[in-house]
Amino acid sequence: MEFSLASIADSIDQWLNAHCASWLALTIEFVIVGVLCIGLFAVLGLVLIMMERKVSAYMQLRLGPNRVGPKGMFQTVADTLKLLVKEGLTPAGADKFLFNLAPFVVMIASMLVLAPIAFAKDFVIWDVNIGVLYVSAVSSIGVIGILMAGWASNNKYSLLGAMRSGAQIVSYELSAGLSILTIVIFSQDMSISSIINSQQDGWWIFKGHIPVIISFVIFIIAVTAETNRAPFDLAEAESELTAGFHTEYSGMKFALFFLAEYVNIFIVCAIGATLYLGGWMPLHIGNWEAFNHIMDYIPSSVWFLGKTFFLIFVIMWFRWTFPRLRIDQLLNLEWKYLLPISMFNLLLATLVAIQGWYF
Amino acid sequence: MTREELQAAITNLEPQVTFEEAGEFLNAVVPSELCRDLMQALHNMPDLSMDYMFCLTCVDWKTHLTMVYHLESTAHGHQVVIKSQLNRENPEIETLSDIWRTAELLEREVFDLFGVRFIHHPDLRRLLLTDEWEGWPMRKDYEDPINMIKL
Amino acid sequence: MLQEVAKTDTGDLVINVGPQHPSTHGVLHLVITLNGETIKKVEPHLGYIHRSIEKMCESLSYRQFIYSTSRMDYLSAHINNHGCALAVEKGLQIEVPQRAQVIRVLMDELTRLASHQLWWGALAMDVGAITPFFHAFRERELINDIMEETCGARLTMNYMVPGGVMFDLHPDFQKKVKDFLTLFKSKLPEYDELVTGNIIFQNRMKNVGYISKEDAISYGCSGPTARASGVSCDIRKKYPYDIYAQLQFSEAIETAGDCWGRYLVRMEEMRQSISIIEQLIDNIPEGDFVAKTKAVLKLPKGEFFTRVETARGELGIYIVSEGGLTPYRIKFRSPGFSNLSALDHMAKGQKIGDLVAIMGTLDLVIPDIDR
Repeated sequence: MEFSLASIADSIDQWLNAHCASWLALTIEFVIVGVLCIGLFAVLGLVLIMMERKVSAYMQLRLGPNRVGPKGMFQTVADTLKLLVKEGLTPAGADKFLFNLAPFVVMIASMLVLAPIAFAKDFVIWDVNIGVLYVSAVSSIGVIGILMAGWASNNKYSLLGAMRSGAQIVSYELSAGLSILTIVIFSQDMSISSIINSQQDGWWIFKGHIPVIISFVIFIIAVTAETNRAPFDLAEAESELTAGFHTEYSGMKFALFFLAEYVNIFIVCAIGATLYLGGWMPLHIGNWEAFNHIMDYIPSSVWFLGKTFFLIFVIMWFRWTFPRLRIDQLLNLEWKYLLPISMFNLLLATLVAIQGWYF
Repeated sequence: MTREELQAAITNLEPQVTFEEAGEFLNAVVPSELCRDLMQALHNMPDLSMDYMFCLTCVDWKTHLTMVYHLESTAHGHQVVIKSQLNRENPEIETLSDIWRTAELLEREVFDLFGVRFIHHPDLRRLLLTDEWEGWPMRKDYEDPINMIKL
Repeated sequence: MLQEVAKTDTGDLVINVGPQHPSTHGVLHLVITLNGETIKKVEPHLGYIHRSIEKMCESLSYRQFIYSTSRMDYLSAHINNHGCALAVEKGLQIEVPQRAQVIRVLMDELTRLASHQLWWGALAMDVGAITPFFHAFRERELINDIMEETCGARLTMNYMVPGGVMFDLHPDFQKKVKDFLTLFKSKLPEYDELVTGNIIFQNRMKNVGYISKEDAISYGCSGPTARASGVSCDIRKKYPYDIYAQLQFSEAIETAGDCWGRYLVRMEEMRQSISIIEQLIDNIPEGDFVAKTKAVLKLPKGEFFTRVETARGELGIYIVSEGGLTPYRIKFRSPGFSNLSALDHMAKGQKIGDLVAIMGTLDLVIPDIDR
């Protein structure tokens, strides 16, 4: 049997069903998936933070962490341990319940979005038939956590940061949604797996040409804003609001915000890779049979992670080269430029799709 | 404008002004109650137009305080120093902060360190020191046994 | 806090920016009144690093007091010292040897370059781009190395003495400065590429923190802040000291009056500083590096005022002498103090993000303001 993540999952499922009752098997599978999700979170956090620090170090003529472990690879582990044992302070005037709840809301929101993402061929937690709708709906829950954190901290910097974040995420949600719709028009389905399957003969970014490229650019801008990353990191804006909505957080509660930020980056990049770059689909070029066969030998999970990490790198590249926008410029960009362009682009995409002017 | 012309112009504006001969700038000493009127005229007269105040300070002469204003005209390039003697016990002078906006903070600094009260200053508070500070540190008779090191 | 806001019932939010804040570059404390994101009032609270240098100078001799000024505007320490040395020389009528004058001007311009590099990096960091800071420090480090070799220190150099400079130049000085200039001239286009040409950066700078020519003069602004509003106020041109009168350089003037104007002025000043150094580096005359002076200096009775152009603007040194061993009264007219007084005027009606950009382009150094 060919080795793949899907076959491992299948064999575990068969083994469980053969050895215990179906309800028990399902429960055990739930637990396994939950543990895997949390594990993925932890690993992603460590890897992405390490990557960010190395990328920034490279761009800033530095070496980056290089003391803990080989080439400093365990630096983030050490950092996490430090954060774990730090005291989690709650400010005296804070709304204690909301203050402590907020990091978990942010965290759970980003955890939920993992569900419909296809990590490899046939390897999905929940292949819901309205996948992209689910993603855009659930990913906006996170902003409630941020608003909660900013309000409950009883700190004016936090409040300002949260208000900025609210305005920003709600507006950029529109562009992100509209650019996702472009792909829905082309693939004529909302489920993630059928969107991927529709890219078997070529990724949408190549097949859909102009309208898809436009929507891809808008998507990348919008998700950078949605994840509060520079140049749209107004919610944190360390030179203006010290740390924005998480000014008052410390210890593990701060770490949860930090982790959620990185997992959110991973998720939006995974969605971007799925919609535009074919998810786990290997790169196939027309009739080059030999080339296509070589590409098929690379496991689908490698394709998926490769594309995702490429997009993550692009977003990190933004962060370390661009200055930050101002709040009114940020909203102008969305409401005066990106939104009208996305709307016209949607019309263009519809025209192209109806006329069949794509490959 | 040369030094002599400036001297003549200022005498013309305010006959009570006396002049000190020494120094690289023209030094004019004006009674404190006439200071503001003279300054206003220096700022507004088109051929004087002393629009740039590059220094405002105070000197404690133990018997009296002297306010020292360094003025320059950016258009004509001439400079003048206006001095005004103040009573040490109750130093008071009209503010210039509405003529030169830079004077607002500089006067607060002088109030903070010398205790000169600027009448009609919009916001006369301690600037550098804490609000509850006692005394005027830049005066010559100020003593602080803890923080001051005498060489 | 939130309850207090509700009580005042004006909808204004009062925020303390500082004394510990990432973009105040030190211990500046601003109390800003906000309406939403819009600034209604900025009120500086000073004194967190007030050491009363003026009072200290009253008990220091004329040789000693020069070095306390390194601690005022520590980024233009050489220029501060230069101004004080000039004041003492003016009082004693000391003729400074030609070589010392050239060395002083060279050091001043290197200091100005280093200061502007730091400003450039810090400004980029204030508006959210962190990377340029490291690029700026890469080149600034070379200047610090050159300074260290000749003066023995990297920040507060204490190199100027009344009558000249303390030591002669290091033998490698000329070569190192030339190497640095070659490198830096190749890096300046990189600066422009990374920051100047960035559309986000330009939008953050243009039409932000405007101050008109009249207001700039009235607020006593000097240096790049005033020159960006079209005020010709370069002391090196207006009242040349040492050998500035013989040098070919132009005064960088813009008329925009906003942050972008101040940015362009400082970038142009870097180019002018390079050209000044290039004119001098091969023409350092032989001779003494310091004039013969008495061991104990006593200024005659009188008042002496010197003005020099630091990286931030006009530094005035006002010495009142009673003929004793120490100055009777010293007043430092610091450029940062007057530039700061215009901050409220510039920031009114702008956003919080703009306040940070304005403070960045004013290039505030807090010890210079508090003294």
